[in-house]
Amino acid sequence: MNPITLFLLVVLIALVTIPFLGEKQKRGLLLFTELFIVVFSSIYAVDALIGKTTIFLLLGSIITGSVPIVIDPLAAWFILIINFTFLTGSVYGVNYMKAYREKKSQLSLHWVSFILTHIGLLAVCVVQNMLVFLLVWEIMAISSFVMVIFESEKPKTITAGINYLIQSHIGILVLTIAFVWVYVQIGSFSFDAIGTFAHTMPAPESFGLILLFFIGFAFKAGFVPFHTWLPYAHPAAPAHVSGIMSGVLIKIGIYGILRMLFLMPTNYVAIGVVILVISIITGVYGVMLAIVQHNLKTLLAYHSIENIGIIGIGIGVGSLGMGLGNFPMAVIGFAGALLHTLNHSLFKSLLFYGAGNVYQATHSVNIESFGGLIKRMPQTAFLFLIASLAISGLPPFNGFISEFLIYSGLINGWIHGSFIFVLLFVFAVFGLSLIGGLAILCFTKAFGTIFLGTQRHTFDHEPLESNRMALIPMYAIVALIVAIGIFPVYFVQALWLPIQQFTGTLTAENTLAVSSSLHVVQQIGFASLLFIALSGVVWLVRKQLTKKQIDSCGETWGCGYVAPNPKMQYTASSFVRTYRKLSESVLQFHKHKKEISGIFPDEAYHAIHPLDRIETYLIGAPLKRMRYWLNRFSFLQNGSLQFYILYGLVFIMALVTIPFFGYLYHFMVHLLNTL
Amino acid sequence: MISFTLMVIASFFISGIIVRTKSITSGRKGPSIMQPMKDIVRLWKKGSVYSNTTSWAFRIAPTIYFSSILMAMSMLPLGSSPGVFSFNGDFVFFAYVLATGKFFNIIAALDTGSSFEGMGASREALFSMLAEPAFFILMGSLGLLTGYTSFDAIFQALHFGSYITYALGIIATFILLMITMIENSRMPIDDPKTHLELTMIHEVMILDNSGFDLGLIFQATNLKFALYGTLIVNMFLGNLPLYVTIPLFLAIQIMFGISIGLIESFMARYRMSHNAQFILILSSLSLLILFSVLLLLGNFNS
Repeated sequence: MNPITLFLLVVLIALVTIPFLGEKQKRGLLLFTELFIVVFSSIYAVDALIGKTTIFLLLGSIITGSVPIVIDPLAAWFILIINFTFLTGSVYGVNYMKAYREKKSQLSLHWVSFILTHIGLLAVCVVQNMLVFLLVWEIMAISSFVMVIFESEKPKTITAGINYLIQSHIGILVLTIAFVWVYVQIGSFSFDAIGTFAHTMPAPESFGLILLFFIGFAFKAGFVPFHTWLPYAHPAAPAHVSGIMSGVLIKIGIYGILRMLFLMPTNYVAIGVVILVISIITGVYGVMLAIVQHNLKTLLAYHSIENIGIIGIGIGVGSLGMGLGNFPMAVIGFAGALLHTLNHSLFKSLLFYGAGNVYQATHSVNIESFGGLIKRMPQTAFLFLIASLAISGLPPFNGFISEFLIYSGLINGWIHGSFIFVLLFVFAVFGLSLIGGLAILCFTKAFGTIFLGTQRHTFDHEPLESNRMALIPMYAIVALIVAIGIFPVYFVQALWLPIQQFTGTLTAENTLAVSSSLHVVQQIGFASLLFIALSGVVWLVRKQLTKKQIDSCGETWGCGYVAPNPKMQYTASSFVRTYRKLSESVLQFHKHKKEISGIFPDEAYHAIHPLDRIETYLIGAPLKRMRYWLNRFSFLQNGSLQFYILYGLVFIMALVTIPFFGYLYHFMVHLLNTL
Repeated sequence: MISFTLMVIASFFISGIIVRTKSITSGRKGPSIMQPMKDIVRLWKKGSVYSNTTSWAFRIAPTIYFSSILMAMSMLPLGSSPGVFSFNGDFVFFAYVLATGKFFNIIAALDTGSSFEGMGASREALFSMLAEPAFFILMGSLGLLTGYTSFDAIFQALHFGSYITYALGIIATFILLMITMIENSRMPIDDPKTHLELTMIHEVMILDNSGFDLGLIFQATNLKFALYGTLIVNMFLGNLPLYVTIPLFLAIQIMFGISIGLIESFMARYRMSHNAQFILILSSLSLLILFSVLLLLGNFNS
């Protein structure tokens, strides 16, 4: 029996069994199934990364034709990323869901869709047949939708879920159009047909096709302006689902873009410029909006958009390098993009799990209501701090390595490019450094207001540290984050084969350039290690020198004021107020306030809500107009049953009479002709 | 290693020179040049007072801030003698490792739960973030001019070009001087001698630090001055022999200190709300360098 069939059979049995089990066994079976999927797929993936591509040919059906399952290095890299995040996600999720123990039937549905999403994601990476690809894409989209709406009794969750469902289906629609176009021109559903299309059709058409693919996948990845579902869906979902969605689900869009670039190597310069420009806008816009958010999970969701932008810059650099014949730049760009995909899946899932811990301890996600949690939840605080440093791209953690690679790609292109590209790359460096700076502002705000200072709000229960099962997967992620930061060279080397899928086998000269950049990465790892060691040494010296000194404790200095209260602390909004004032020209805010007036003033308030300007104009405005026009037909929906029966009858009549009239018309024409 | 040692030496007297210059221009004699260093040593011997609000984040922050600056120092060359580290694109590491230190500085300020320190932290985070692109574009332009991407190679190759590179060096010096003022929260951006917490940036962030940690932060500031001074020194040094570079280094560092003192004496602090504009202007200045480089290379019409 084919291993794939066997694999799917085992998973199917698990899926069918889950609803019949008790709560505890359900968890056990879930973890077991996840482990099975991870081990099974990782074996092939590791094989592919060390140079042994596996190909299965499933028979398929008459409609689809045979279905090739190809586990090549590019797919393998994404499979490993997906597997790791699902592994930590399932361990964390099992523990997280204990709080929802009483929702038995929903839990079954949740875990079934959890496994289905995993399988769907893996299948998207390996299936190379367009129809089946759309099918597994759809499975992934719908099962992740079911995961998002777990807390379906909340109206906000349902709205977010529907928003996600609709937007991902618009993406599928675009993809379907693209695939159908290829099928119409070439006449095959195999992925090879896309390559044939690129090589046989004129350049504008193949550019149009890759643009269609980019848009279709951009909906999933969350490139601006296709990002609007993300900030709703992530906060609505349970923590582990947000972690998985942000960590790997949106990365599947990146995978799609990379796969299509690989299949259509004809328009590298044009599509590279498009991707680069959109990515810079995505990155800057994402982080600009992230800073002003008050909801922790929305903030993290906007940061996902920012990081997709960074990955996109890497892809843009890579494809421009290919297009301009600058291979070292291409290699560095793709390496940066692929490594950042891994990195982001690590620290973003860690941040969402951290947010989950905070949520379960306090039942709030409003940043302004926290404060001082570092004393109640020291471990979560520590983990969140590491993730914040990593996501801000600071050494000695992993985020820096991939951002560094992207920087070096850009600077390499800058030095070797012609005028117009120099300007483009300068724009990109400007954007990237601004993103870095803004990310620091954002995460000092997030970490500072959530964990530091004193508690701003009294909760019903005292917030407590999460239990061990929630922390273990988080520590596993931190270990990997630090490992990539200190030994980046192994991870960059693992990327060799996926990159060579794009660049082809490198010539001796290019190999030299690439190995020198590998040397640089090694040096960075060394420097990062030294940084950690140096901090340790300074700490030890400090400890030694201050041993005899007497430390005392007192109140925070308040300019002589001795009765501070928690409300006098700087809030998250005040922390970013100067920034908000600056950004008001770009971003949109909804303010409502009632000021104090009169001799006997009554209640006053002041509230500011950040709005997504792109959403307002691109989705809100057309929807409003559409609703206006469609409202004219609202008399049809009048709520009386008789009318609805009438519509049904009219419909059936139309169904019968229209062909009849057609037939009558043909009959008359025929009759007249014979006459 | 030579540059590292020299920077440490320069850090001992540089803020003394600034203070002395300011004293002389205001008609006072002023303290000795080593006085700030003596104050730091005294602080290192003192015990600390910690706020009850603070946690471990507050205690480790000065250490990490200090070592981040040591790391950044180890990247810088001096003339033909390279730094401890040198690799392609090391200026990216330089900027980001400094940012790591800043991150900890900011969260330490937020850890005290004081609104004053939060205010300072907010300003520091925003202003130094806005200065980041200027540095990157500046270094990138120099990279474009020379064809190299590490501090060491860029600074050495800078001097094989025409004299115009020295003209660029002057604009670059201005940008670096301004970045120094921003990073160290000095005069046009922030007034370290102000007595009102509401108008401070850096000083207000460290209100609650005391004893050894405060000494570390002060010394880190001195090192940071020397660090940016060395960047400026390198703009003009080329690969001269060591017996010329070392006196030249010290001379330029002293001039650097004096000019900071003069700027502080004769300029007023900007309004806080105008700082952001001022800092963004630096980016456009560094774009000026970029375009001059493109002009030099005849790259405009390709």
